[in-house]
Parts: sequence; C-alpha cells; structure tokens
Amino acid sequence: MSTPFLSVQNLTKRFQAPKGGESLTVFENVNLGIEKGEFVCIIGHSGCGKSTILNILAGLDEPSDGAVIMNGKEVSGPSLDRGIVFQNYSLLPWLSALKNVTFAVQARYKSWSKKQVHDHSMKYLEMVGLAGGAELRKPSQLSGGMRQRVSIARAFAIQPELLLLDEPFGALDALTRGSIQDELIRIWSGSDQTVFMITHDVDEAILLADRILLMTNGPYARVAESVQVEIERPRERANIIHHPDYYDIRNHLVEFLATRSRELAGKQDDDANSAPKVVRFGANAGAEISSETGSKSGTRKRAVNRAD
Amino acid sequence: MLASLNARALVLSLVLLAVFLGLWEAASPKQNISGELTEYELLMGGAEPKAAVPPPSAVIGKAWEELRNPFYDAGPNDKGIGIQIGYSLYRVLSGYFLAAALAIPVGFLIGMSPLMYKALDPFIQVLRPISPLAWMPLALFVIQDSQASAIFVIFICSIWPMLINTAFGVAGVRKDWVNVARTHELGPFKTAWIVILPAAAPTILTGMRISIGIAWLVIVAAEMLVGGTGIGYYVWNEWNNLDLTSVVFSILMIGVVGMLLDTAFAYCARLVQYQE
Repeated sequence: MSTPFLSVQNLTKRFQAPKGGESLTVFENVNLGIEKGEFVCIIGHSGCGKSTILNILAGLDEPSDGAVIMNGKEVSGPSLDRGIVFQNYSLLPWLSALKNVTFAVQARYKSWSKKQVHDHSMKYLEMVGLAGGAELRKPSQLSGGMRQRVSIARAFAIQPELLLLDEPFGALDALTRGSIQDELIRIWSGSDQTVFMITHDVDEAILLADRILLMTNGPYARVAESVQVEIERPRERANIIHHPDYYDIRNHLVEFLATRSRELAGKQDDDANSAPKVVRFGANAGAEISSETGSKSGTRKRAVNRAD
Repeated sequence: MLASLNARALVLSLVLLAVFLGLWEAASPKQNISGELTEYELLMGGAEPKAAVPPPSAVIGKAWEELRNPFYDAGPNDKGIGIQIGYSLYRVLSGYFLAAALAIPVGFLIGMSPLMYKALDPFIQVLRPISPLAWMPLALFVIQDSQASAIFVIFICSIWPMLINTAFGVAGVRKDWVNVARTHELGPFKTAWIVILPAAAPTILTGMRISIGIAWLVIVAAEMLVGGTGIGYYVWNEWNNLDLTSVVFSILMIGVVGMLLDTAFAYCARLVQYQE
C-alpha cells in the first residue's frame, strides 16, 4: 500500500491534569490518510478533539504522541503549505478585505511585484464575489458571510497543499451558508486542492465531501468510520437529495452521531494500528467492509439490502 | 426636535460660564480706585491696600494684554506667556518622547515574553508609585543641570503608563491574530509590524495619552522647583510678585494647553482605532 499524501499516524492528545491527577486523553491512536485532491470532512460531537486534530495538522498544536506526515515530511510548526479557515474568520480588523489577502499572498510569493500580488488577490476575491469596492472595506463593515468569503479567498489565494477548514460556516445563517458552500465547491472543483474540513452539519458533509470521517465521543475518542460518498459530481444542493444513496448516507451519519458515537466512546483501542472502518453505499456497498467489524452494524446491512 | 444636542450643550455651557463669571465678578470686593491715593498707596505704586482674588474682568484684561504680545522678552523675570509655555512644552515633549522611545520597545518585550514580564515586574511595581518630584534632588546631583533635571523628571513620570499599557496591549493581542501570523510564516519582525503593533496600537495610544496628561501636570511643579523659565516658574514668580491676576491667568493657560495636548493625542488614538 502506497503512503497517502497526508498520513496521520497514531495521533494522541493528552492533557496533563493539575497536581498529579490522572491525565485526560482526548483522543488516542487516530490513524487516517488523505489522498491528494481529496475533500474530507470530519464529524463528531463537541469535545471529541476534531479541532485539536485540525490544529495539529495546521502545526498550531502539538500531539502528545504520534505524527502527521505530509508529502513525506513530518509536520512541525505552522507553514504556508497548510492554509486555514477558522469559524471566526480570523481577519485582521484594521486591514481592508483586500489587504487581508495581499499580506498573505505577499508572504507566500515573496518575489512577486506589488501588481502581481494585487492582481492575484483580486482574482480570488472576485471568485468569492467580493469586488466593485467591497474589497476596500474593513471586516467590521462586512457581513459575516462576506467576512468568511474573504477568509476563504485568502486561504485559496496562497494555494496551500492542504486546506484546513474549521467549521467555516458554523456562524452563518442557512441561506448564506448554502451560497458559500456552492462557491467553495466551485472553487475547489477548479483546483486540485486537498481539503480537510470540520463540520457539524451532516448535509453539508454529504454535499461537499468525497469521504466523511466519523469520530466517537471523547475521552479516548478515535476515528471509527470512514464513509465514502460516491455521489457523482458536480453536486447541487437542490438535486443531491434525490440521489438514491443520499438518505442512506444521511441516516447512517445521523445514527452514528445519535447513538453509536456514544456507544463506542471511552473504549480504548487495543489495536494501535487500526485504520477507520470503511463504509460504502450504493452499488459498492459492502465491497470493502473490513471483516473483523462486519457483523456489528445494522446500518450497513440495510445499505447492502437497498443496493440489491 | 428643537436643536441638535451639541447646539443645546453649547448654549448651556455659555449660560453656566456667564453665571459663574457673574457671581465671581459680584463677589470680588470693589477697589476704590477713584479719588486721591494716600501716600502709602503712592509708595506701593498704586497697589491694592488689601490683596484679593481679582475679578474676571481684570483677568480678561490681563489675558488680552498678554496674548496680544505673547513672545516679548524683557529680561529674565519678564518674558511673554508664549515664551514661558514654549519652554514648558519643550521640556515636556523632550522628556516625553525620550520616555516613549524606551517604554514602547520595553513594553513590547515584556508583553511578548512572560519571563521578562515576571523578571521586570517587581522593579516596575516599586518604581511606579514614586512621586516624580522625589527624583529631583537625585537628578540635580547626578545631572548637575536644572534644565536637564526637569526633563528627566518628565521622562520618569511619563514612562510608566506607556510601559504598562504597551505590555498589556501586546500581551492581550488575540490568539487568533497571532495564529494568522504563524500560519503565514511571518518572521518575528513582520509579526510585530503587521499584527501585534496595529492590534495593540489603541491600548498603546491610551497609555501615551495618560502619560502626556501626567507630564503636563508634573512640569508645573518641576518648574516651580527648578525656576528660570516655563509656565510653572511663571506662576510662582507672579505669586512672589503678588500679581494674582497673572496667577489666575496662567492657571487658565495651563488648563488650555493641557486640553490641547490631550485633544491632539485623542485625535491620534482615533487614527489607530479599529472595530472588531
């Protein structure tokens, strides 16, 4: 088996308890791989350590154990190779939308002229629909949706090898969220960008992702399943719900979040090298279910039945 | 709506001023200036037999006289109010900017490094509450120059608010913004310039504004001690001359200059203000 573009190996995060108490293990032995150009979403309840995993991928946080390897090199410290979009936008409020992008582009492409930096930044701002004067406004003069667009434009403009999205649409209303999701998928389709995204929204995950990772509740959280979303692209919000696999996937995710994330929680994993169990739906259902856990899930059986 | 809030406030201010000046004028004992002066009065150059706080009309007359020709220089004890204020401003601003040149970089250091914060904190806590004038004898002995000593006193009193506010502003820069700098691989210098300085600027400017206010308070007292020139010396000199009209006039001038300094810094603070 070849090494994937991004490989997370036995990642563990423990927080030391004050004064010699027992330390808190948030997650343990998280193993996952992401291929180049793949769009991966991760879903799990609050406190399971999703954001910590993302911060470790970004290099902003350190794992207690394990390693992240990207492109054959171990990740240590933040880098322009990994762009991040946070839920709270993380724009610098004293700079205009345009300057918030240009300073990043300038940092990425140090040899570029002012004009090159400006034109490149404007290209990405136009892609997210910010042009015609709006780019000169300060973040406080923009709506939440506009701010997140600027943040997305900044992340894409530096053309990172891996794009990390930490609940980027969590603070937006449903309508704005929908239109920015469309924009995100449009920009992503035109690039070979690898994306790792945290979300709480099951529908959002199915719309955007090639693969959805499911995390059990903490402590001792782990990535239990990897659900393949094989609905063909381009996907549209209006049509995707009519796809035969859509509700099977959706029900599987909701059931996981509602019950199984809790049932599987707190169990220490005996096998340190276990990869998440692959789950498929539709024509390929059951094709790659790993044998040792095959008998456990009724959901997948249902998926198999539907496929018949 | 009758008139704007500002217009109504202005009218009210003028009314209060008129009432205050009227009461002051009415309360001032009338000097009997008509009639013959006694021999004693002639000897005293027509001075008032009993010194009293002058009425506002006399102060306004004095102000008119002084402000018409603020820069005359008729010897060490008779200089125009403009020259005196000029000397004071020179001392305040030189001491103040020397303090800023030290306090802001050190404040940055303390704000960025918890180690430096803990190491320097005891010194700051002991030095900060010392009245700036308490330094005066030591300064006079060490520097051996009364003018430079006055500047040193301004330096030592303006340093603390700037130092503490800079450290506080720098330490309080939101983690998100620092992470933006980290994920964009900005070096320490660029991080300071692009992220930390603009983020902390409003807090730093607040410290600078407090400092200039304190410096202007202290210069009057310092100049009363060192003498020679300056608005503080002027007040004390006119008190020695028993010219209370000039004392009241110079008190007003101190207030006006202090207000102008504060307004200038408030304007600068607005320039670096940002909205989250």
